[in-house]
Amino acid sequence: METMNSSLPLLILISPLIGFFINGVVFPLKLKGFAKTSANAAGGTATFFIGLSFLFATVAFGKLLGGENPSLVTYCFEWFNFGGLEIPFELRIDRLSGTLVMIITGIGTLIHLYSTSYMHDEECVGRYFSYLNLFCFNMLLLVMGNNLPLLFFGWEGVGLCSYLLIGFWYTDTEKANAGKKAFIVNRVGDLGFLIGMFLLFRELGTLSLTEINALLADPAVVSRIMPSATLICLSLFVGATGKSAQIPLYVWLPDAMSGPTPVSALIHAATMVTAGVYMIARLNPLFELSPLALSVIAHTGALTALFAGSIAVAQTDIKKVLAYSTVSQLGFMFLACGVGAYQTAVFHLMTHAFFKALLFLGSGSVIHACSGEQDMTKMGGLKKYLPHTHLTMLIGSLAISGIPFFSGFFSKDEILYSAIALPNGVSYLFVIGVLTAMLTAFYTGRMMSLTFYGKEKMSEEVHHHLHESPALMTGPLYVLAGLAAFGGFLGVPHLLGDYLGHMPHLLSQWLAPIIPTKELPLVAVKLPLHEAVVMFGSSVIAVVSFFAGVAMFKRIEFISDIFGGFAPVQKLLANKYYVDELYHLMIVTPIKKIAAFAGDVIDKLVLDGAVNGVGRGVRVIGSTLRAVQTGDLQTYGILMLGGLLVAILLIFKVLV
Amino acid sequence: METSTLLSWIIFTPLLFGLLVVLLPQRLEQQFRKAALVQTLVNALLATVVYLGFDGSSAGAQFVHLVEWLPDWGINYRVAIDGISLPLVMLTAYVAPLAILGTWPDLHHGAGLKKEKFFVFCLMALQSGMYGTFLAADVFLFYFFWEVVLIPMFFLIGIWGGKERIYATVKFFLYTMVGSLLMLVAIFWLLKTGATEFGAPTGELAALAKLNFAFDGSSLGAALSSPQTLLFLAFALAFVIKVPMVPFHTWLPDAHVQAPTVGSVFLAAVLLKMGTYGLMRIAIPMFPQAAHYFSSLFIALGVIGIIYGAFCALHQTDFKKLVAYSSVSHMGYIMIGLFAFQKVAIAGALYQMINHGISAGGLFLIVGFLYERLHTRNLGEFGGLAKSVPLMAIGFMIMTLSSVALPGTNGFVGEFPILLGAFQVWPVYVLFAGTGVILGAVYALKAYQLVMLGPQTRTDLDGLTDLNLKEIVAMSVLTVFVFGIGFFPKAFFWKSDAALESYGTSLIQKVSSK
Repeated sequence: METMNSSLPLLILISPLIGFFINGVVFPLKLKGFAKTSANAAGGTATFFIGLSFLFATVAFGKLLGGENPSLVTYCFEWFNFGGLEIPFELRIDRLSGTLVMIITGIGTLIHLYSTSYMHDEECVGRYFSYLNLFCFNMLLLVMGNNLPLLFFGWEGVGLCSYLLIGFWYTDTEKANAGKKAFIVNRVGDLGFLIGMFLLFRELGTLSLTEINALLADPAVVSRIMPSATLICLSLFVGATGKSAQIPLYVWLPDAMSGPTPVSALIHAATMVTAGVYMIARLNPLFELSPLALSVIAHTGALTALFAGSIAVAQTDIKKVLAYSTVSQLGFMFLACGVGAYQTAVFHLMTHAFFKALLFLGSGSVIHACSGEQDMTKMGGLKKYLPHTHLTMLIGSLAISGIPFFSGFFSKDEILYSAIALPNGVSYLFVIGVLTAMLTAFYTGRMMSLTFYGKEKMSEEVHHHLHESPALMTGPLYVLAGLAAFGGFLGVPHLLGDYLGHMPHLLSQWLAPIIPTKELPLVAVKLPLHEAVVMFGSSVIAVVSFFAGVAMFKRIEFISDIFGGFAPVQKLLANKYYVDELYHLMIVTPIKKIAAFAGDVIDKLVLDGAVNGVGRGVRVIGSTLRAVQTGDLQTYGILMLGGLLVAILLIFKVLV
Repeated sequence: METSTLLSWIIFTPLLFGLLVVLLPQRLEQQFRKAALVQTLVNALLATVVYLGFDGSSAGAQFVHLVEWLPDWGINYRVAIDGISLPLVMLTAYVAPLAILGTWPDLHHGAGLKKEKFFVFCLMALQSGMYGTFLAADVFLFYFFWEVVLIPMFFLIGIWGGKERIYATVKFFLYTMVGSLLMLVAIFWLLKTGATEFGAPTGELAALAKLNFAFDGSSLGAALSSPQTLLFLAFALAFVIKVPMVPFHTWLPDAHVQAPTVGSVFLAAVLLKMGTYGLMRIAIPMFPQAAHYFSSLFIALGVIGIIYGAFCALHQTDFKKLVAYSSVSHMGYIMIGLFAFQKVAIAGALYQMINHGISAGGLFLIVGFLYERLHTRNLGEFGGLAKSVPLMAIGFMIMTLSSVALPGTNGFVGEFPILLGAFQVWPVYVLFAGTGVILGAVYALKAYQLVMLGPQTRTDLDGLTDLNLKEIVAMSVLTVFVFGIGFFPKAFFWKSDAALESYGTSLIQKVSSK
C-alpha cells in the first residue's frame, strides 16, 4: 500500500463547508436577514460547492484507479496531543472511503439539485441549504477521517445535521420532537461507540484506523486483545445500531420522516444511516476476531430486516413505507457484515443508496404533485399524471425487489448466498433473509400499486393541482434510475460473470486490499444447493411477490381487506408492534419520574432540609448564647482580656 | 528567577478602578458601566501580554512578584503564574468584558439603575479576588483572596438579586464559610509544620508542597487518622463545596437563580473553577497519597454529580435553575478528571474548566437576554422564539452544542480526554458517567425546544428585539472560542503542556512510589 500526500481529501471536505458559510453567514449578513436568500441563490450555491466536491472526488478516484492500492492522505493539523493521546486531523481516501466519497458527493449533488426545485417555495431556504452542506461536510469527515475520534466527529456531526433538518419546520412541535428523538436515541448509541473507542485505546494505545488495522495483522497483538475483542466489537456495534437504525434503537428513523423529503433521501437512506456499516467494514480485521460479536450482528440485522419489513407492509404513509424499508435493508447489510461478507454489505450499501435515494426522491415528486399529501390511500392512478416519476420509481422498485438484473438483485442475492455459504452463515438466517426479500418485493409492489395504479382516490382539490415535477427534479430521478438499473453490474457473481465474458466481481476485487475476499464455495456445505438454485429461487420469489403486491392492491389497501383473519395482524403492524408505546412506558416515563424524585424529593427535602435544619440548629444555639451578650461593659472587658491572654500565649507558643 | 509586577497589575487594576468609581460623583452614574468595561478590557490586555510573554516550554512559575508581608510568620505577598493558572487567568480576563457587555443595562425602557456605584465596585472587587486566587503562590495569600471573593458576591446576590435573594446569599455565604474555616485551620497546621521542618516559617506553596505528611493506608481507620488525610480533607471540603460537588451543591441553584445575570456569569464561568483549581493546586498535589486513597470516593461523587445533576436539570421549569444544575453535572466531569490520576484525564479536567466557563457563561447570558426582554425564566412561557430572534437562537444553539460536548466544539475537547483517560483506570465509573452524555442531550435539547421551537404561544412578541450589537459581540467572541478550541485545542492550550506533563508525572510518581 502506498500513501500519497495530497490536498484532494481536504478539498473534498472543505468545499461543502464553504457552501455552508456562504449560505449560513455571508448571505444573511449581506441581505441583513435569514429568510431573504432566494431559493435559486441558496440552492445554486450549495449545489455548486457539493458539485465541486464531487469533481475533486472524481479526480481523487481517478488517482486511486491508477496505482496498485494507493491512498491519498491530507495531514491537516494536530488536533489532540497531550498526555500520550495523539490524534491528528488527518484525512485519508483509499478504495473503501473513496467509493463512499463518490456515493456521498455524487448522490449529494443530485439531491442538492433536486432540492433547489423541491424547496423552492419554502421560507428560509438558506437555512435548509446551509444545513445540507454542513451535513455533507460531516459525512465526508466520517468517511475520510483516519482515526476513530475524527470518525466520531463526523458521526456526531451528521447526527446534529439530521436533528436540524428533521426539525427544519421547527414551529411544528411534532417535527421538533422527531428531531430531538433522533438526536437522543443516537446519543445512546454514541455512548457505545465512545466506550468501544476507550477499550480500543486501552488495548492498543492508538485510535488511528491505519495503525489499528496494521496492528491487527500482528498475531502477537491479536492474541493479546482476543479476550476483549468481543466487548470492543459489541460496544462499537451499539453505536452502529443507533446511527444505522437497528433493533433496539431503530425507533428514531421512521419519525425522522417529518423532515423534508430530499433530506430523507440523502441522510436517512443513502448516506448517514449506512455509517454503521461503513464503520464495521472499515474495522473488519477487528470484527473478524470475535465470532460471537459477528453472530450478534448477523442476528440483529436479520431480525431487524424481517421486523421492519413486516411493518412496512401495513403502512399507509408513503414515506413511512420507505422508512421501514430502509431499516429493513440496513438489516440486510448488517446480516452481511455478521456473516463476514463485508464487501457484500458495502455493495448493498451502494445499490441501496441508488435505489432508495431514487424511491425517496420519487416519493417527494409524488407528494409534491399531490399538494403535500403523503397518505397512499388518498392517491392512486398517478401513472398517467406523473409519467417520469412513475417510470423512474418503477425502476427503483424493481431494483429494491431484487428483480433480475436490476442492481438490488445482485447485492441482495449475494447477501442471501453469503448468509448460508460462508463459514459464519446460519441456515435460519438465510431463511429469514429470503422471507424478508419476499416481503420487500411485496410491500414495494403494494406501494407502487396504491400510488400509481388502481383507482384515483384523491380529492377534487388535489386532483386539480396534479402535475409532473419540473426537469430539475426529474433529471436527478433519471440519473439515479440509471444507476439503480445498471449499478449491480459492478458486482456480478462468478456464476453469471462466466457467461458475460468472464466479467469479474469488480467491487470485491476493488475492495480486496481492505476487505480480504473470502471464497464463496460453489456448493454450500450447510445447504446442499447450487448457487444457481438460490439465485433462481430468489428471483422467482421476487418476481412473484412484486407482481402479487401490485395486483392485490389495485383494489384494496390492506391484506385484511381480503382475508378478514388478518385484521388483528394488520392492527399490530400498522401500530408498529407498539414499540414506541413500550419505550415510552419503560424508559421515558421512568426517567421523568426519577428526575422528579431527584429534583423535588432528594434535593429540596433531603439535602436542603438537612442544610436548613443545621441553620435552625445554629439559630437555637445562637439564642442560647445570646445570654452572654449582657450589655455589661465590665463583663465584655473581662472576656476581652481573657481572649487576648489566650492569643498571646498561643503566639508565644506557651500553650502549644 | 525573573520577576515582574505584571501579575500584581492584573490583580489590582480592578480594585484601582473600583476606588476610582467610588470617588466619581453620583451624577456620572450612567458612565460607571463604561468604566467597568474599560477596566475589564485593560485586564484582558494585561492578561494577553502575560500570555504572550509566558514561556510554554517551562513547567515552573513565571512572572513572580514578591513583597514582604508578615515575614515573621513566613507569610508573604507572592504571586506567580504557571501553565495551570494561565488558562484560568485568561478565562477570567476574557469572560469579564463579555459578561459586562452581555448584561448592559437597557435604560430606554424606564428601568432605572440601582446603587450603580456599589454594583460596579463589587464587580471589580470580585475580579481582583478571582485573579488573586488563581495567581497566589503563598498559601495564606491564597486564602486571603479566596475569602475576598465571598464579600462582593454576597452583596451582588443580596442587593441586586431576585425575590429570595437574602436566603440565597446567606446560604451561599455560610456554605462557603464552613469550608473555609477548616481550610484556615489546615493552613495554620501547614505553616507550623513548615516552620519546624524548614527551620524558618514559609507560606510559599511550592516549598510547602515538599512537606511529606505521614500517611498510613493500611486500613480505613489508619488512613482516616493520618495527618495527611486530615489536611487533605480539610482543604478538599472547602474546595468541593465551591465546585460544587454533590451533596454540597444545594447553595448553587439558589445562588444562581437569585443572582443578577452578570453575577451568574461570573459565578458559573469563574467562581466554580476556584474550587477545582484549589483541588488541582493544593489538595491533590500536596497530599497525594491521601487524595489517591480517597480518589474512588471523589470519582464516585463526581459520577453521581453528573447523573444526579442531569436528572435535576431535566426536572426544572426555571430556565436558570436548569442551567445551574447542568453546571453541577458538568463539574462532575472535572472531578473525575482530577481524581483519575491519569495524565490525559488531568489535562482534560483543566480544559474542561475553561470550556465549562465558556458554555455555562454563554448559557447564562442567554437566560439573561430572555429575562431582560420577556421578564420570565419559566420554560413554559416561551416557545417558538427562533422565528422572532434568530440570532439569539443561533447563539443559544451553539452554546447548547458546546454544553453537550459535540465534537468540533470546545466541550468535546474537555470531556473526551477526561472520559478516555479515566476509563483506563475506572472503566465502570466511566460507563456510568457516560450516561451523562445521553442525559445532557435530553435536558439541553428540551430547554432549547421549549424556548426556541414549536409554535409561538405568547401574544406579546411583536416588540421582541433580537440581540443588540453589544450582545452580538459577547456571543460572537464566545462562539469563536467554542469552535476555535473545538478545532484547534493545541493553539489555545499548548502553553500548558509542560506544566501538565510535569504535574501529571510527579503526581503519578508520588502515589505509585510507595
